[in-house]
Amino acid sequence: MLEINCPYCGPRFETEFSYGGEAHIERPKDSENLTDEQWGDYVFMNSNTKGVFLERWVHTSGCRRWFNVARDTVSYQILAVYETGAKPPKLDLRNDV
Amino acid sequence: MPARFRLTQGGLIDRSKPVSFQFNGKVYLGFEGDTLASALIANGVHLVGRSFKYHRPRGIMSAGAEEANALIQVGEGARSDPNLRATQIELVDGLVASSQNCWPSVEFDVSIVNNFASRLLPSGFYYKTFMWPASFWMTYESAIRKAAGLGKAPEGPDPDSYDKTFAHCDVLVVGAGPSGLTAALSAGRAGARVILAEQDNALGGDLLSEADAEIQGQPALEWVEGARAELEGLENVRILTRTQCYGYFDHNFIGLMQNLTDHLPQNAKPASLPRHRLWKLRAKQVLLATGAIERPLVFSDNDRPGIMLASACRTYVNRYGVKPGKKAVIFTNNDGAYAAALDLHKAGIHVAAIVDLRSDPEGPMTEQAREAGLRILGNHAVIATAGDKRVKAVLVAPLSEDGEKVYGGGEKIDCDLVAVSGGWNPTVHLHSQSRGKIVFDDDYACFVPGTPAQESVTAGACSGNFGLGACLTQGHDAGIATAAKTGFKAKGRKRAPPKAEDRNFLPARWMWLVPGDKPLGHGGKHFVDVQNDVTAADLHLALREGYRSIEHVKRYTTTGMGTDQGKTSNVNAIGIVAGHFGCPIPNVGVTTFRPPYTPVTFGVFAGRDVGDLLDPVRKTPMHALHEHAGAAFEDVGQWKRPWYFPIAGEDMHQAVNREVKACRDSLGVMDASTLGKIDIQGKDAAEFLNRIYTNAWSQLKVGACRYGLMLGEDGMVMDDGVTSRLGENHFLMTTTTGNAAPVLGHLEEYLQTEWPELEVYLTSVTEQFATISLAGPNARNLLAELTDIDLSAEAFPFMTLREGTAAGIPARVFRISFTGDLSYEINVPASYGAALWQTVMTAGEKYGITPYGTEAMHVLRAEKGFIIVGQETDGSVTPFDLGMDWIVSKKKDFVGRRSLFRADMSKDDRKQLVGLLTDVPEQVLPEGAQLVEKVEDKPPMKMLGHVTSSYHSPNVGRSIAMALIKGGRARMGSKLYAPLADGKVVTCTVTGVVFYDKEGERTRG
Repeated sequence: MLEINCPYCGPRFETEFSYGGEAHIERPKDSENLTDEQWGDYVFMNSNTKGVFLERWVHTSGCRRWFNVARDTVSYQILAVYETGAKPPKLDLRNDV
Repeated sequence: MPARFRLTQGGLIDRSKPVSFQFNGKVYLGFEGDTLASALIANGVHLVGRSFKYHRPRGIMSAGAEEANALIQVGEGARSDPNLRATQIELVDGLVASSQNCWPSVEFDVSIVNNFASRLLPSGFYYKTFMWPASFWMTYESAIRKAAGLGKAPEGPDPDSYDKTFAHCDVLVVGAGPSGLTAALSAGRAGARVILAEQDNALGGDLLSEADAEIQGQPALEWVEGARAELEGLENVRILTRTQCYGYFDHNFIGLMQNLTDHLPQNAKPASLPRHRLWKLRAKQVLLATGAIERPLVFSDNDRPGIMLASACRTYVNRYGVKPGKKAVIFTNNDGAYAAALDLHKAGIHVAAIVDLRSDPEGPMTEQAREAGLRILGNHAVIATAGDKRVKAVLVAPLSEDGEKVYGGGEKIDCDLVAVSGGWNPTVHLHSQSRGKIVFDDDYACFVPGTPAQESVTAGACSGNFGLGACLTQGHDAGIATAAKTGFKAKGRKRAPPKAEDRNFLPARWMWLVPGDKPLGHGGKHFVDVQNDVTAADLHLALREGYRSIEHVKRYTTTGMGTDQGKTSNVNAIGIVAGHFGCPIPNVGVTTFRPPYTPVTFGVFAGRDVGDLLDPVRKTPMHALHEHAGAAFEDVGQWKRPWYFPIAGEDMHQAVNREVKACRDSLGVMDASTLGKIDIQGKDAAEFLNRIYTNAWSQLKVGACRYGLMLGEDGMVMDDGVTSRLGENHFLMTTTTGNAAPVLGHLEEYLQTEWPELEVYLTSVTEQFATISLAGPNARNLLAELTDIDLSAEAFPFMTLREGTAAGIPARVFRISFTGDLSYEINVPASYGAALWQTVMTAGEKYGITPYGTEAMHVLRAEKGFIIVGQETDGSVTPFDLGMDWIVSKKKDFVGRRSLFRADMSKDDRKQLVGLLTDVPEQVLPEGAQLVEKVEDKPPMKMLGHVTSSYHSPNVGRSIAMALIKGGRARMGSKLYAPLADGKVVTCTVTGVVFYDKEGERTRG
């Protein structure tokens, strides 16, 4: 079970959180001008990254706030936790793990 | 009278406290401090089970967690545990234990024929034999399960209680042997919060089995006692004995199972204590001091009762004061086993010979054995064993120069005990579970921990350090280092680690497969995994058949896959595979160690979350009144909702018909408190609703209500409900009962992640209000008696709300309707819910007020063609499919909007919501029934859709139904057929969905 450091509450067990998939996918403001395929890509497609992945979590059983996590999907190590809307921290985005 | 094989003195048992127990129906005596295994051996019982596949007689082969033979069923009836290791079961008065995997008895097992037919049971036997025809597998399976099986499931629910607890510590030390104790001491002295977990009931680890060991010049167990006293005196140290660390998970999360009462007689178990407790532990640092497990040698017929690990023999003699036999042969490849020979010799057991694979046996213990005059046969091997239910003799022969063959017919040596040692395997299981690498150590021929993957270290034998002195030092240093990493630097003068003799089990000669006098597989079985009956010949067969990866070999042969997870077999299997290929062991690799280390009781995972505590129950403020009224309840999520209110002698159908009619004829009342309520405030609240709902909200007047449909981003209907404008910047949203929490989550997600610029505040107020819904032509008449609000149609029209009082209670009254009749929903603070309900019921008597439940509500709304999300929708239904185009705004964006304009959404053959009327008005279609245009003789038939809602409607005077049908709206008036499972076919006609009061006059009146 992961230990996730909620930016608002501190370290808590994974069971208090819910997963929200890939981070930094902005909802298109001009969906009118998107093709079906582009829109489908937004709604359904997430990257399946091996290595450092930027993802969203929400502290469902705590403060109920969303935030972003940089997690290595191989080692499950959490490298950074940062607020929604903030830029991801500079990380060594290894491709060779 | 003491048991026959009990030593008159020595050991850690209490000879003044006899303990009576039953094994296979016979009563025996042991002593406090015994395990079931030691007490059985004291009574001369070695045959304790039958093997998994061949049903060969099996005895106790170890003295610890690695036991693969002596798997025992303990207890009776509902209090029965299968697969417990006799070597770890503490003897307790009244213990009832039995062998498993044998029928009719362990002494006479009919399935032993499998042993003689073993040529027919090669590796992969099940895969090869029972795969054809595939449909027969179910038949085979039940017979195989009966013949194989590992114990029986308990009969009935578990009567014991279990508990779970969370814990945190700076340093978790796993194992309280010499390394674990020095580690806990030095980390504890530094001030770190330490948990020391030990699977045994006593501290000391291997020292409990070593009669003569000394630490700091004093007997080792006296030193252990001092360490225990010091640790118990440290406030920051917690010692957990009888606690198995069974799993090492991500982020230093550790699972431990603590056994609290199994060692107590049934009548002495404190009622306040759970049987077992699950510890969910997060440790900053994990220090693994889990020791090592002795490795058996793989030789011909090495599985007979009486053949056991040399270290186990030492444990039985030194710790339990029992003689595991009268006449022993030691079979070894290393110096360490000579210590066992000496201990047996000292205990008065005749050591007939020490058979040593090494060509020139030497080493400190070997020398001592020589001095003691023991017979040593160097460069010799045991090539066969004899004896059925107990080993009777071994055949010993000299090895060829290269160790590949044996010479001559050999010498027969009579014995009833064979003590075996093939070296030691560090217990790297937890390190490996944490995804730490393990590497092969050529000197000790074993796998040792490599780089850890998490915040952990290993110490002592677990890390490949086998000398007592080295263990003490490494544990001591690791304790200081891990404590320092958590911020606790050792204070004061640097202490030296305790000193002890430093001797390991080398020198040794590594031989993974001991040759016999016949080719492998032709007479005699070289067992690698005794629990799964996997032999060296099985491994060779798998390799000949083309298996290469050790993971595949493991699965094909099942080696290392039993409840013991290959503690004594895995490394031998790897060695044999490497030998077959003639490659170095690291090239073969190693199979993954998986949790649990030893089996864990199911009960601890459930803990107290059983029965009534499995899931919280939510009740409305009026619940007790409904119970008193005799309501039948249904579960809606966690809520208990009145389903219907039967009066004397009514069945459900009669009750629902009466309730449904009452709502149309006079007055019904329903508890609607469970509907989700979300309070929405802030200057951007209206804009927020615009983006969340399909319809527009900016123009909604204060005091007005509007029905809204909420979609997922995929365009599918997610929820619906009425939202009311309480003020310019204040709305109250209602959701379906079951969706209240997901809808709040949905709103929060968009607000926080997509539209943080909106100033909106969301608060769940579901439980703050009680809601009473009045429905029927007399609703206004009754409410007028109770409220100060002007109820005239002009002053308080449909789809508006007013604030005032009801029965003197501050109330919000909403003129909204889910029944299609004149209806008011009264919201009052939850604590007034019961009072208002009682007042309404009393005042309503003159109108024959009728409480109605969810079933009547379903019928009433279906009469009006109102959907229920989750019944008419299933996550694949759009507003257009429901015929609700009118609620989809074309002027603004909203969640899910773009998806509605995908090409697929405008296809004519999408499933659309329609009404159905059966040709026979009394016939009620089953919900879920499939509909076809053409009935075939038998399935498959082309299905067009299914019935979503179906009821008898007393108000319409016939059955009514709704269905999702491909191209449904183009089929108005056409016939469809519902072929049912019983062969009957129901014919029906496609109609619109509104069956009652199509103009809606009753609602608005």
